[in-house]
Amino acid sequence: MAKRSAPEVNAGSMADIAFLLLIFFLVTTTIPKDSGINRKLPPMEPPNEDQVVIKQKNIFTVLINGNDQLLVEDELMELKDLRKAAIEFLDNGGTTDAEGNKCDYCNGKKDLTSSDHPDKAIISLKSERETSYKTYISVQNELVAAYNDLRNIRALEIGPKKGFRDMDFVKMEKNFRDANFVGNKEKMKEVIDQIRKEYPEKLSEVQ
Amino acid sequence: MSKFKGKKDNALPAVNTASLPDIVFMLLFFFMVVTVMREDTLMIDNLLPQADQVEKLEKKYPISYIYAGKPGKGYEKFGTEARLQLNDKFADISEIRAFISAERASIAREELVDFLTVSLKVDKEANMGIVSDIKKELREANALKINYTVGTGSALDN
Repeated sequence: MAKRSAPEVNAGSMADIAFLLLIFFLVTTTIPKDSGINRKLPPMEPPNEDQVVIKQKNIFTVLINGNDQLLVEDELMELKDLRKAAIEFLDNGGTTDAEGNKCDYCNGKKDLTSSDHPDKAIISLKSERETSYKTYISVQNELVAAYNDLRNIRALEIGPKKGFRDMDFVKMEKNFRDANFVGNKEKMKEVIDQIRKEYPEKLSEVQ
Repeated sequence: MSKFKGKKDNALPAVNTASLPDIVFMLLFFFMVVTVMREDTLMIDNLLPQADQVEKLEKKYPISYIYAGKPGKGYEKFGTEARLQLNDKFADISEIRAFISAERASIAREELVDFLTVSLKVDKEANMGIVSDIKKELREANALKINYTVGTGSALDN
């Protein structure tokens, strides 16, 4: 048998294969990043004797019982209706705020038996020890969503006047944090602060 | 010219190593992609609930993680009630304050100490009892910035 030298394997396309794989993994990889609902706990206070009296109509009570049922303003409610109910309560604008200003940006029913002003409206959330965490998070999420929805509507109203077209509140906050955003950030901060002041997030948890 | 010929005729041709770097790079990238960096080894079930009004947890500020959930596979002897995990071991509610002080002490830049955010990674099946206990301890420890870490999805499906 004649002696043959081993044929050389063509390795020219090896680099192409490697690059193909590299690009495939680059495209399909997502870097997981934690996200969640930010909250601030109330600080521990020394027992205070003089209690602030808040009118019952300015408090929106949400109670989650041990069987994960929702009791909103003393009525049983489904989770999917909570956001709408909270928006109606917050955006009511029945009378005036502490300084006597009418809520001229509210779109609510101006019902005298519901909240006076978004500045005065407080949502009170109470849960029991047996309440499951997932229900609690869902309720928290819906209440945050109620605030965000109202703020978004307001941002779309006043945004265009200040030169921020087609940008709702959530987007504004995101752009404000984004270092690559091109635009007037100072002006945007003004708009964000104004909306935050008009719809302050007053969510209190009963311990 | 013929005097330079015929020297290597009988030797085997050398293996082509030109593609070796490619293979090495491929392996490198493969491992880079499949590696998940995680801070702690979980000894509990930790399936997070879902919500859609979420904000990103900014990594530029210091974050401490508190896990809670029912003991996971291999740790059944610790019972079926939701437990607390700090770092790599089960902990008691009362250890939270010491944990927060330790976390504060480990922050290298002093001006960031006040920005410490506590990320609560609680299993969706846990109940609020343990969560409110944790929150109470955090208030005592004056760690007031918290984040209920959740998955992204519709909250109505929980």
